[in-house]
Amino acid sequence: MTARPVLQQADITRALTRIAHEILESNHGSSDLVLLGIPTRGVLLAERIAGILERLEPGTGRVGALDVTMYRDDLRSQPTRSPQPTRIPEGGIDGKTVVLVDDVLYSGRTIRAALDALSAHGRPRAVRLAVLVDRGHRELPIRADFVGKNLPTSVAERINVRLLETDGEDAVEIAGGAE
Amino acid sequence: MKHLLSTRDLDRDTAIGILDVAEDMADVARRAVPKLPTLQGRTVANLFFEDSTRTRLSFEAAAKRLSADVITLSAKGSSVQKGESLKDTAQTVAAMGVDAVVIRHDASGAARTLADGGWIDAAIVNAGDGTHEHPTQGLLDAYTMRKARHGDASRGKDLDGLQVTIVGDILHSRVARSNLWLLTTLGAEVTLVAPATLLPTGAATWPATVRHDLDEALAQNPDVVMMLRIQSERMNAAFFPNEREYAREWGLDDARFGRLRPDTMVMHPGPMMRGLEISAGAADSARSLVLDQVTNGVSIRMAVLYLVLAGGAA
Repeated sequence: MTARPVLQQADITRALTRIAHEILESNHGSSDLVLLGIPTRGVLLAERIAGILERLEPGTGRVGALDVTMYRDDLRSQPTRSPQPTRIPEGGIDGKTVVLVDDVLYSGRTIRAALDALSAHGRPRAVRLAVLVDRGHRELPIRADFVGKNLPTSVAERINVRLLETDGEDAVEIAGGAE
Repeated sequence: MKHLLSTRDLDRDTAIGILDVAEDMADVARRAVPKLPTLQGRTVANLFFEDSTRTRLSFEAAAKRLSADVITLSAKGSSVQKGESLKDTAQTVAAMGVDAVVIRHDASGAARTLADGGWIDAAIVNAGDGTHEHPTQGLLDAYTMRKARHGDASRGKDLDGLQVTIVGDILHSRVARSNLWLLTTLGAEVTLVAPATLLPTGAATWPATVRHDLDEALAQNPDVVMMLRIQSERMNAAFFPNEREYAREWGLDDARFGRLRPDTMVMHPGPMMRGLEISAGAADSARSLVLDQVTNGVSIRMAVLYLVLAGGAA
C-alpha cells in the first residue's frame, strides 16, 4: 500500500497559524476563548494553536481536552475503546466561546459526540470547530469553521496524521484507495 | 473483556487498564452532571442470591450513571426461595433480554457456571461467589491503594513493592483471595495474618507470607493493613474460643493502631464489626480509607460494566 504525502511540517505549522488568526478574527479578540482538543491528536493540535494565540495575544490560550469515547454511537460495533482524560480549564466553559479541535473531520460523528459531551460540562455561548484536515463524506449536518486543508478523498482511502509528540514527525498523508 | 469472573485470570496490563478506566469514571462523578449516555438501551440484571448492601447499591449506581436500565433480584422474596434453580433463574432473566448479569451467590463457582453454562448469552460479572472470589472488591481495593500512593498521577502505574497485610478470617474470605491474586499481579507483597483455624489448607502454596501473630506482622511496618470481617454466617464450628479473645489477639485495637506508621493505610471491605476486628478509633481515623473504598467501588464497577458491555465484535 502506498502512502502519498500531502502536508509537511511547514504546511502544518502554517495552517495552524492561519487557524489561530482566523479564530481571533472571528471572535473579535481572545476574550472568553476556550480551546478543547479531542484526544489523542486533537489535544496536541489544540495545544499548538493555544501556543500561537499566546504569542499573538499574551494571557489567552486557555486549552483543555474533551474525551468523547463515552458519547460515541458506534461503541457496540467497534472493539472496546479506552477513554482518555478530559481536562476543562479553570473557569469552565459557561458563557465562553469553545473551539473544538480535531485532526480529521470525516463523518462528523465524533463531533456530534463532542457536542453531547460538552453539554455535561456547561453551556458555552458558542461552539466552533477547527480541524487540520477536512476529508468530506459527512454523515451528519456538521461543518468546520476553521479548516487547515480540504482534502477530497475516496471512502477507501485513509488519512494518516502524524505529529511530533506522538509519532516523531509532523506529516499528513493519504494511504490506500485506488489500486 | 467478555466477563469478569475472577482476578486470578487478569494479567497485569488488563488489570491496570481497568483501574485507568476507573480513573476516568471517577472524574465523571465530580462533574455537574455525573451521568454518561454510554450504555443507553442496555439492561443489567443484578442477581443477588446472598445478602449485600454496598455491592448491590454500588453496582446499581454504576449501571445507572452509565444510563443502563437495571433490574434487581434478591433471593428473599423471589422464586429462589421456592426452590428455583440457578439455571432456571438464569434462563428466565435471559428470556427478558439482558445484556449483563451481575451475580452474587453463596456457591463458589456460581458465576463461572453461569458464564460457561450456555443458558444465557450475556456478560457475567462476579459480585462474590461463596468463598472463591469477589473481583470488583479486589479491583477497588487496588485502585484505592494506588490512589493513596500516587494521587492524580496514578494512571498506568502498578503497586510495585507495596507491603499489604491482610488480617482475619482468610478461610471464608473471597475478598482476601481476589486481593491476593490481583495485588500479587500488580507487584505488591501480601502478608496474611490469621489464627491457624481461619486459614485454608492450601494457603501455604499461595504467593504470600503467612503469619499467625498480628503484633509481629505489624512490626514489619506494612503500607496497608486490611482487616476482614469474621463471617459468622459461614461458620459451622468453633474457629476461635470467643469474640473477646479474637479481638485481643487479631483485632486492630487502639493500642495496635497507635503503633502503626502515621501514613499506614487502614482498609476494611465492610460491613465492619466495630470492637471485634477493628476499633472505632481506627475505623474513623484519618488513615482509614473505608469510605474511599465505597466511593471508588462505584468507579470500578462503572469501568467493569463499560468494558464488558461496550466492545462490539472485536
